[in-house]
Amino acid sequence: MLGKKLQTKEVLNLDVGLREAILAIITTDESKVMGGSVPVFLARDEEEKEKISLMLAKVTSGIIHDLRNGCYVIVRH
Amino acid sequence: MFNYGYIIVPSILIGIIARVSMLRIDYRQYPSYPQGAFSHFTLGIVAASLGSVALPALIEKEFSAVTFLALAAQQFREVRNMERQSLDNIEQTELVPRGTAYIEDIAKAFEARNYMTMLTSLIVSILIFIFKEYLVDRTYSVIIGCFIGIFVIILFNKIISRQLIRDIADVYPAKISFDGPLLKVGGTVIMNIGLQSSREIYLEKGIAVEIIPKDENANATLSNIGQRQAIQHNASIQLGIRKDTDEPDFTPLARRNPENGNIVMAIVCMEPDVEMLVESVKRTLVLESSKRKPLSSYAGKKAAD
Repeated sequence: MLGKKLQTKEVLNLDVGLREAILAIITTDESKVMGGSVPVFLARDEEEKEKISLMLAKVTSGIIHDLRNGCYVIVRH
Repeated sequence: MFNYGYIIVPSILIGIIARVSMLRIDYRQYPSYPQGAFSHFTLGIVAASLGSVALPALIEKEFSAVTFLALAAQQFREVRNMERQSLDNIEQTELVPRGTAYIEDIAKAFEARNYMTMLTSLIVSILIFIFKEYLVDRTYSVIIGCFIGIFVIILFNKIISRQLIRDIADVYPAKISFDGPLLKVGGTVIMNIGLQSSREIYLEKGIAVEIIPKDENANATLSNIGQRQAIQHNASIQLGIRKDTDEPDFTPLARRNPENGNIVMAIVCMEPDVEMLVESVKRTLVLESSKRKPLSSYAGKKAAD
């Protein structure tokens, strides 16, 4: 009974779309990332990294965070 | 029934004056003008009428008529729900949302103001009746009742007036700096901004403030997320926010320094005037739903020494 109640509540609170999740990783250094559920975009240099991240951020309405190891992640808050 | 016209008419009028004096049409545009304001004006008339006929009904021994007051209370609770719903609905259309605490505060204010209108009318009708019965003749009792009614309006307005941020905290301009991608104001990290061009815009056009609470009560109140959301919303609608929906980098965020409870906020405005940013923050309401008073508790007071 309780389980069922919880479930209904969860369904009601369900927000369509991804939130608080990493949507993409953009990097110049392949060795820093591993495969997973998040798409990884390889950039040739810093300039291209900026460009790709900007495009992806606009498409996903996410924000670009710098991990300071050569990787950018796009997150939607 | 019209025997009591000298009670009902003046008290309805004073009630309407009370509602109009509490109907603020300013920068918030809430109630929205003209339609929102008009419907609240009409509800004010209804409230004033209910307040003013209660006493004549009692005099006529129509006790059941007083139950209408209960109906009125129900009606005004409905007003609160209506306001909350409509604000919740438009929340998604705001570039910088008001936040649920601010919405709750606005809804509460609308409900309370209707009660104040009803009470003002009731008080005026009682006054006129007492003066007429025991002291002076009809004309003078109406005049005296109206005068005291105006005094009651001023008193009520004073009672419901809320504190502003400037009463509980000092607000100073602050400097924006970057530590790598980390946006910092006064040493407190606000967020991680990866994009170089966004960082340049912040350094070029961004302005920031630091809010320093005056005591522990203010500290607890300002830590409330709803209160901070209200500050962000106010600053962004008064100075204009330089942002669109696909630029979350420029969402103003008020962050708390966990060491001392100071709040810092950076914002990129259409009008980058830091003095006016300070002014807009100072004039933000302290939300009733966010207010905390740890100093009024035994433990809080002892801990603060």
